[in-house]
Amino acid sequence: MTQEHDKVDGGRRSFIGAAAGLTAATVAPGLILHTVEAAPRSEAVTDKVRWGMLIDTAKCADGCSACVDACDKENGLDLQVKPHGASEAMWDRQRAVWIRKVQVQDNLTGRVTNLPMLCQHCERPPCVDVCPTGASFKRADGIVMVDRHTCIGCRYCMMACPYKARSFIHQVVEEKLTATPRGKGCVESCNLCVQRRDNGETSTACADACAAAGHHAILFGDLKDPNGALSKALASAASRQVREDLNLNTGVRYSSL
Amino acid sequence: MKRIVYREWRIQPERYWGLLAILGAVAGIAGLAVLFMEHEGHWVTGMTNEVVWGMPHVFAVFLIVAASGALNVASIGTVFGRTAYKPLGRLSGLLALALLIGGLLVLVLDLGRPERLIVAATTYNFRSIFAWNIYLYTGFVVIVVAYLWALADRKGGPYSKTVGYAAFVWRLLLTMGTGSIFGFIVARQAYDTAILPPMFIIMSFAYGLAVFILVLMFAYDQDKRPLGDVMLGKLKNLLGVFIAAVLLMTLMYHLTKLYGAKNLGVESFILVNGGIYTALFWVGWVLVGCLAPLGIVYHPVLGKDRNWIAAAAAMVILGGFAAVYVIIIGGQSFPLQMFPGSTILASGFHDGVNGVPASYVPSIPEILLGLGGVSVALIITAVGVRVLQFLPESLADPVVDPHLAT
Amino acid sequence: MANAVVRGLLAVAGLAWALGAQPAAAGENFVAPGSKAAGLTSCVEPTDFMRRNHMEVIKHQRHTVVHKGIRDSKHTLAGCIACHVAPGPDQKPVSVYAEGQFCQRCHAYTAVDVNCFGCHATVPTPPAAGTAAAGDLGAGLVQVPDHGVTAGGERP
Repeated sequence: MTQEHDKVDGGRRSFIGAAAGLTAATVAPGLILHTVEAAPRSEAVTDKVRWGMLIDTAKCADGCSACVDACDKENGLDLQVKPHGASEAMWDRQRAVWIRKVQVQDNLTGRVTNLPMLCQHCERPPCVDVCPTGASFKRADGIVMVDRHTCIGCRYCMMACPYKARSFIHQVVEEKLTATPRGKGCVESCNLCVQRRDNGETSTACADACAAAGHHAILFGDLKDPNGALSKALASAASRQVREDLNLNTGVRYSSL
Repeated sequence: MKRIVYREWRIQPERYWGLLAILGAVAGIAGLAVLFMEHEGHWVTGMTNEVVWGMPHVFAVFLIVAASGALNVASIGTVFGRTAYKPLGRLSGLLALALLIGGLLVLVLDLGRPERLIVAATTYNFRSIFAWNIYLYTGFVVIVVAYLWALADRKGGPYSKTVGYAAFVWRLLLTMGTGSIFGFIVARQAYDTAILPPMFIIMSFAYGLAVFILVLMFAYDQDKRPLGDVMLGKLKNLLGVFIAAVLLMTLMYHLTKLYGAKNLGVESFILVNGGIYTALFWVGWVLVGCLAPLGIVYHPVLGKDRNWIAAAAAMVILGGFAAVYVIIIGGQSFPLQMFPGSTILASGFHDGVNGVPASYVPSIPEILLGLGGVSVALIITAVGVRVLQFLPESLADPVVDPHLAT
Repeated sequence: MANAVVRGLLAVAGLAWALGAQPAAAGENFVAPGSKAAGLTSCVEPTDFMRRNHMEVIKHQRHTVVHKGIRDSKHTLAGCIACHVAPGPDQKPVSVYAEGQFCQRCHAYTAVDVNCFGCHATVPTPPAAGTAAAGDLGAGLVQVPDHGVTAGGERP
């Protein structure tokens, strides 16, 4: 169990993290998870969990956009309006996208793969390294996100992200949701439905929508829970990281890719 | 060597105020452009989620790189002990300050939330190269001001050597920091190489000196002060050496990227089939920015003609803009290689479908912002030389070369 | 010397009076009629405390929410908005930063310009179905139309 734990964690852990890991190894992990779930919203997030995903590209259907639509609705991205006077072509490149469908073909074999691309929630995120103010940060539970209160809109994180996961808000935002504040001049990206995490919910909007559409391609869960569905799925089938050469230890993994 | 007498820039008031009025008008229009962009948001610019840094960054990086290069002339006098360059030290320091301030202004005014500059000044992430640069830039300003004092004040004499060394080391660090902004980006194929920081240093030598030569020639011509062939000859020969070094670094940069299959995509994009970026690389960066000025400064006849020397310096500046444009915009335009060996057939977010690069067309407000930065740099220089004693009264041959005096 | 002291004291007294008189001059209350807050005797803290310190408690809370995920504080901007938003003539909630509404009126009076609402919603928006937050924020939202009916009827 401990080995399993370490494999996911990647071995870069502070003293406190190590202590927590030891505790996790000695005390039953289910018990710890239980306390996390028992007190949603009231306790600080800890590194006893690390949120992640396994995306089975074999199940990701061509032409389906359920995950994208659900994300847009969950985070108010469907409320984006093209600024008056902007061209369609420009707006298409300037509007914010948190998750998108990508279709990839292998140059040699011709095999075509469909997959959703989103923030990969790296353990060592380049966007966090480069941010001058620390607005781009990683929460204790592994979620990489932007603190819009300190983001100055320099876009260095967008330069540094290998996955093109981030969007810059190019226009005044008139319509936004209470649960997802967003406004002009800041950078944003997928935050694994952070409002749902803090409420102790079990899934993300995209994973729910994918399941509702009958595909079940997105499995969301805790990478550090050895008994969780995600860890079991990762242990049983081959999966990989996008741009694993960068050794970022992403929280989002892909199988059949 | 004769004692050097420094005098304020004494061109006629009409010409001086006329010059300031023109520069001020450009800066004012740029200010309006900034207000427009800030009010509307970045959708009015050509920048997108693919090309996130645009024309303002090209201007800002060029000005900042040129700033550290402009200080070189002073360093050659102080650190390398070349007495002929010592009279130019003050102008060199002033120009370095002016260009840096102009560049930083452009950078800061392009932020998504420029009103939060106080956040950038009080909240640091020390892993960020941007955060390092905030210290490098402010430190540069402090050291150059101290350097100018040491050069200009009677009491400063004993310190000029120490401060001069500090300024020289600091300017190398500063340009390295600017190059590292790109060099350390592992995500993008055009960057991610340790040769970028040293390449930026070499580029700064050339661009800073080119700006210095043009400003010096203009200032002396307008004020009818003697600028001898010896001084100009030294400067243009030095420019030639720096240009050759830029060419060498450019060659090394592309050889590094070309060796091995990993970066063949981005190399063929820049060198062969990248459209505007290929054109800007060969015609702008290599031909106009390096080969042509190299031919001029070492030409037996043209190399002695002042107009041609000025033209060569101007070409280096144009080529420099082209080079920075190719590095910054071209480097972003080439799609991120998320799936090497595969082709992206469709994407909901322009991931370089079928290898098509991201398009970028700079908008007028962006260009105005950049020109505003140039104007501010020139205003600072013009006011500086006008009110303080920055320019030697004469740079005639006997003043510069004591052997000719006797 | 004595004159200076007297002048200084007068100035201090004047300042004290000006500060003390502020709420009185404002007619004591900016709470929008028809909002949930209008039916309550005080905010989550005593009114005087909230008038002076609401920005501090929200600012503290924003860090604990964003970085630590603690969302059960009674000091939340979303809570302010849910409670202070009032219905318009068409019974739809009106932005708290619209002309004459709670946040805007007081900030205009004290010449304060904030950019909270550059990013934060100025009316409670329904969270996506199925989220637990629906309970909290939805509560505020659901009550808006209720108040709206009574308040709307009372309006001239």
